[in-house]
Amino acid sequence: MSTPFYVSPQQAMADRAEYARKGIARGRSLVVLQFTDGIVFVGENPSRALHKFSEIYDRIAFAAAGKYNEYENLRIGGVRYADLRGYTYDREDVTARGLANVYAQTLGTIFSSAGEKPYEVELVVAEVGEAPDGDQIYRLPHDGSIVDEHGSVAVGGNAEQISSFLEQRHRDGMTLAEALKLAVQALSRDSNGGERQLTADQLEVAVLDRTRPQKRKFKRVVGRQLARLLEPGSPSGAEEGDSDTEPDE
Amino acid sequence: MEANTRNTGRLPAAFLTPGSSSFLDFLSEHSPELLPGKRPLPPVQGAIEAPHGTTIVAATFPGGVVLAGDRRATMGNVIAQRDIEKVFPADEYSAVGIAGTAGLAVEMVKLFQLELEHFEKVEGTTLSLEGKANRLSTMIRSNLGMALQGLAVVPLFAGWDVDREKGRIFSYDVTGGRSEERGFAATGSGSVFARGSLKKLFREDLTESQALTLVVQALYDAADDDSATGGPDMARRIYPVVTVITDEGFRRLTEAEASEVARAIHERRLEEPDGPRAALL
Repeated sequence: MSTPFYVSPQQAMADRAEYARKGIARGRSLVVLQFTDGIVFVGENPSRALHKFSEIYDRIAFAAAGKYNEYENLRIGGVRYADLRGYTYDREDVTARGLANVYAQTLGTIFSSAGEKPYEVELVVAEVGEAPDGDQIYRLPHDGSIVDEHGSVAVGGNAEQISSFLEQRHRDGMTLAEALKLAVQALSRDSNGGERQLTADQLEVAVLDRTRPQKRKFKRVVGRQLARLLEPGSPSGAEEGDSDTEPDE
Repeated sequence: MEANTRNTGRLPAAFLTPGSSSFLDFLSEHSPELLPGKRPLPPVQGAIEAPHGTTIVAATFPGGVVLAGDRRATMGNVIAQRDIEKVFPADEYSAVGIAGTAGLAVEMVKLFQLELEHFEKVEGTTLSLEGKANRLSTMIRSNLGMALQGLAVVPLFAGWDVDREKGRIFSYDVTGGRSEERGFAATGSGSVFARGSLKKLFREDLTESQALTLVVQALYDAADDDSATGGPDMARRIYPVVTVITDEGFRRLTEAEASEVARAIHERRLEEPDGPRAALL
């Protein structure tokens, strides 16, 4: 019988972290920003059907970078968790904090169990409050830690650069159009400092809008509404209403 | 591995199993005790006394469908509740009204709403109206054991069919049998009288507000002849729950709107207690 090579625990964990980080870095980055009426999710995604952002519950949404099958699995797990919890207790008792905790436990257990390969995903769980100071954004890296974020957060390939870019420019009380433009600006910078042009049909955009009358606050921003928000001189504020009811949509 | 998943607080395996978009399927795998049909019933003699909801009526009109219900729940000859609500939105384009054992019915509606919402979130698209109607059928069927012990739930399902662009009504029996109704339908103890009323007053070309009047007339007639159906209660300001579903989605009439319809009918009935008369030939 051959003796296995000794690998120190530190080295083993470092290798697993490296593996997960590389997987995540292969994917496109996405950003989540607070604006005055809620939280906006912006990412580069040419697909109309395979989403990076989804609704989890009334006020809670999910964003993920990394390997599709793994985050899709976690997303469905989250929807089941939230629906079951809301059914057993009450709709108000489903919170982003609870969900983030469950995700952290799940990712952490998978990360440190030798029998499983670490998940190559980084998640964001966000909940929109009644007022901006009630908004919650949690970032969940691959290893099971939780970071409570404020204002703006980026995950995925080029996350560090994008986050620092956003941190310098993001401020409280931005309108949706302003926040969206800032997000696109941040995403179009590549790692060498160059700029690419991102158009509306390359973007996936969704919002958690606290002003929505329905109890489910999640809404995808698509088509003409998105194009209008991205126009250079677009008026700020007026177009943030529910586009479904606008006659010109 | 199994022990591991139990103690760490991570999502149990059932949560991460891919495949099903149904919340009911997930529940029956993960916590079957939460499903009404999966709970064992002790043997009982005779029917169980529990509040029963009564009359639900629905009618289509060219732009959509209206669904309304009275507000009374009875337990034997006692009025158990005067202001119970028995018509609920199922999702944005459909609604469900329930007659039968109130407690079970409300639970079933809650599960049904969740089933539709869950599918929508997981799949990113909504079920077809037929698909929704079939899901409800399955849920009623799973309640058959309790129905045989006197705890039946018989709903009426109405919705706007986005693909066919028309309002549709589905009625059910206790075994889960489903049938699409043309024009109008009623369920519950007062349904016999309500259906008679609907039959005489319904026309294919009703406007939305006429359709609203029609269903409230039918409820008035049901309350007139069935003691378990409650008429509009002017003194306590309790009016029927009236909902309308069009291509703009589900809308419930506000209390003011519902009272306006109910009061108008009531005023006319003070002069003609039997309501409007249909032509003899």
